[in-house]
Amino acid sequence: MGSSSIIVLFIAGVVFSAGGIAVARLFVKGTKNLQKGEAYECGIPSAGTPWKQFNVGYYLYALVFLIFDVELVFMYPWAVAVKRIGIAGLVEIVVFLFVLFMGFLYAHKKGALKWM
Amino acid sequence: MLSIENITHSIDAWLNGKFSPTVVLLLESVIVGLCVIGLFAVLGLVLVLMERKVSAYMQVRLGPNRVGPAGTLQTVADTLKLAMKEGLTPDGADKLLFNLAPFLVIVVAMMILAPVAFAKGIQIWDINIGVLYITAISSLSVVGVLMAGWASNNKYSLLGAMRSGAQIVSYELSAGMSVISIVVLTGSLRISDIITSQQDGWWLFKGHIPAMISFIIFIIAVTAETNRAPFDLAEAESELTAGFHTEYSGMRFALFFLAEYVNVFIVCAIAATLFLGGWMPLHIGHWAGFNRVMDYIPSSLWFMGKTFFLIFVIMWFRWTFPRLRIDQLLNLEWKYLLPMSMVNLLLMTVISIEGWHF
Repeated sequence: MGSSSIIVLFIAGVVFSAGGIAVARLFVKGTKNLQKGEAYECGIPSAGTPWKQFNVGYYLYALVFLIFDVELVFMYPWAVAVKRIGIAGLVEIVVFLFVLFMGFLYAHKKGALKWM
Repeated sequence: MLSIENITHSIDAWLNGKFSPTVVLLLESVIVGLCVIGLFAVLGLVLVLMERKVSAYMQVRLGPNRVGPAGTLQTVADTLKLAMKEGLTPDGADKLLFNLAPFLVIVVAMMILAPVAFAKGIQIWDINIGVLYITAISSLSVVGVLMAGWASNNKYSLLGAMRSGAQIVSYELSAGMSVISIVVLTGSLRISDIITSQQDGWWLFKGHIPAMISFIIFIIAVTAETNRAPFDLAEAESELTAGFHTEYSGMRFALFFLAEYVNVFIVCAIAATLFLGGWMPLHIGHWAGFNRVMDYIPSSLWFMGKTFFLIFVIMWFRWTFPRLRIDQLLNLEWKYLLPMSMVNLLLMTVISIEGWHF
């Protein structure tokens, strides 16, 4: 099958999950009360909302990840072609990775990769 | 000879003889959709049972043994039980995102299946950028996890989702590097090309030490990416109840659970394809007799055997290593695995250019 298979798989995924949930709906008659709708936090009345400031460490890792991920995308076409290019391709990727690694060392030195 | 490839070909020929091309495409789409849904259901049942049996035998106990012969119907009973449960949405939750997240996770898991080669000639779509497609789609699953965790309006969920997000995106890098190091050897992103390039031996053995290193890095990275122990901080049950799916119940929980196990299957299938030759039987160079004997084992069995062996290894990890802390986890990736996989990639490039592999 060609590119239509993506659409087929997408629809199959939606049908599968919707079907599961719909079948479950058939059997269950839910009741509702105040306690049932609370967040599950071990029975103690929940204090405050989780939707507020959060540990900045996660964002720092996400930012460093972004740099490397973009670099990874650049490396796919290189990886396909490197066998034909030969030693020049190797030299180029060494330069590329060196520059990248300097950035990585900088982030490391600045403490972006230290968990606090 | 009766093989899955011949069966699909005869179905295709029969359909083409009977109907017009548009109808054939439609019918084949329906067949593929049903097959994939069936595969999902069966995989979920089999893998959960396998997990429970494997962990039971590792802990010297019997595991589920009441429902059906030797407990084989246990997961069917569990699924039925989950279908009978009420799917609760907490009052404080973001209703739309909360209900959308399980769909997203399942759809992503299903879409990755497109370029996976299950047997000789059995591939839904032999796309020429297969490896890139898999990497691209699989990084979408983190969106579903973050969505579920954030929308639940629960502290455990949010913490679990954040950890999971940091973990998945971090380990994606070294998994990607390991994949690229195989692409360097094959010079193609097409899954079928990668498999045929392993005709005279698997890359794990042909690619010398760098291939083994990247195989090990890949297995570690995908264990982390699928949130499996020892990297299961996202749902560390002793601290976060159930992580990002704490608030999910009934069938929605079942979908998350299923997606997790299907993801394990998919990453193991990819590892088997890249490093262990996919459906390619074990061939050794020019040993024609040996290769001929190996060819008698059907390709689908080879693929499933390798995949399930890797799944077993990942389940084995769970009972071998203690859980890491979040800072240790991120240190392992950023300070050890990432530099290692970079250097390894350069080594692999040298091997590939100089033609030192077998």
